[in-house]
Amino acid sequence: MFTNAGTSSFTAFLSKAAPELLPGRRALPPGMAADMAPHATTIVAIAAAGGVVMAGDRRATMGNLIAQRDIEKVHPADAYSLVGIAGTAGVGIELMRLFQVELEHYEKIEGAMLSLDGKANRLASMIRGNLGAAMQGLAVIPLFAGFDLATSDPARAGRIFSFDVTGGPYEETGYDAIGSGSLFAKSALKKRYRAGLTVEDAVRLAVEALYDAADDDTATGGPDLTRRIYPVVMTATAEGTHRLTDAETSVIAESVVAGRMENPGG
Amino acid sequence: MAMQFYASPEQIMRDRSELARKGIARGRSTVVLSYAGGVLFVAENLSSALHKVSEIYDRIGFAAVGRYNEFENLRRAGVRMADLNGLSYDRRDVTGLALANSYAQILGAIFTEQSKPFEVEICVAEVGATPDDDSLYRNTYDGSVTDEPGRMAMGGQAEAISGVLKSNHRPDMSLGEAVKVAVQALSSVGGEGGAARTIAANQLEVAVLDRNRVGRTFRRITGAALTSLLDGDADGGAVEGDRAQTPSTPTEEAHKPTTSAGSADLEDKPGDKSDS
Repeated sequence: MFTNAGTSSFTAFLSKAAPELLPGRRALPPGMAADMAPHATTIVAIAAAGGVVMAGDRRATMGNLIAQRDIEKVHPADAYSLVGIAGTAGVGIELMRLFQVELEHYEKIEGAMLSLDGKANRLASMIRGNLGAAMQGLAVIPLFAGFDLATSDPARAGRIFSFDVTGGPYEETGYDAIGSGSLFAKSALKKRYRAGLTVEDAVRLAVEALYDAADDDTATGGPDLTRRIYPVVMTATAEGTHRLTDAETSVIAESVVAGRMENPGG
Repeated sequence: MAMQFYASPEQIMRDRSELARKGIARGRSTVVLSYAGGVLFVAENLSSALHKVSEIYDRIGFAAVGRYNEFENLRRAGVRMADLNGLSYDRRDVTGLALANSYAQILGAIFTEQSKPFEVEICVAEVGATPDDDSLYRNTYDGSVTDEPGRMAMGGQAEAISGVLKSNHRPDMSLGEAVKVAVQALSSVGGEGGAARTIAANQLEVAVLDRNRVGRTFRRITGAALTSLLDGDADGGAVEGDRAQTPSTPTEEAHKPTTSAGSADLEDKPGDKSDS
């Protein structure tokens, strides 16, 4: 089985070797299951000059309860791309890990990285595989963004892809948000986003948008200054992916909160 | 119907061993060794696209000699096994030993069950926290696996190469020194009349498992970086001069690299080739 000539895709290999490890292959009992597992909420992504920024709040909710205060929903997919997860947290984390292995596996087998569009298409087909569970309330929606190494113009190298439960992908221009607070985050970004932002400005804008989402959506957590829990902010540029340290995000989050002390609407 | 002649199992194994060893000995060699900053792979390889050295997992690398299609098949199998284990458990639970054992099972089964054995020899290397913690496993065509002491050579004239390697290798070497030792060992054979020769940078495939990196430690050293490693130091020329004068006769070496422990008693002794 391991030595078959086979495919370069890890999920295609898993479907033969260990189909039980694929999220979409499990039989579920009938009925809605939406309330049985924690939900991850808001993620925003912003294209900047020379890269892309993705940020996520830290809250996971289960009905009216906060299931986790410091969940991490934004992760590196590989050396040049980022993935953020909204929806059923357990399935989302499983899918995200599988996607990371999928990209690394292809790179090791073929000796070359997938194109950014290839990665987005691969993620789309993995989401599509979860359609059955999604229809029973266990939906997962990712947000995918990365630095496109094939683009000659660095200003357009940061690209964002969104998905729906039936797959996708849909390339977004400038910015996008997913999750329960995405409506408010996108409204905030619509008014503040300008093409050609620097990465530093985009980071600040992302944290502002998450604040606006938390302001109006109970399932999205704002910066938690008392417990020192701040949004996860990551960038993907020509140098690769980078996660801002807690010290860096704390400075930005505290300055955003200080700004809202003067003007609650931002 | 053709008459089936009886062939003893011993004879069959001996023939298969001979086939595999001849196939392996025809190829160009590969050297793997520990140095202060990690594990170094140096292969003599005319192709820059068909690799003999590759990444398996975070801290595990793969080097091979022999038939390309056969070891490429094993390399893919290794990546699949490592990725499957890493996904099922955790990245830290993927070990070189487990992989070497799986390769031993695969190669052993092919050796005994298939009509032709794989003409390959592979090295599974895992980088540890210190050179003492590195593990190098040698998997041979018949399924045997041996744990090597910080350095190994595979392929044609591997005995002579590992002789030179043994006398020059130290685990606390820098990367530059380690590359030189490896290239010196590889080029100690194969010249006119068994003398040393010079191997150009574009005939070498060089990669390391970098001890100090976190996550994926494998990286290739190519182009300008490789050239500067090969002749960066002032003593590079002196080594070159020494190399030409050093006789390429192998130093005393207890173990035979292309002979597997498992089939040692089946190997042909000189002059005992029986007709079949």
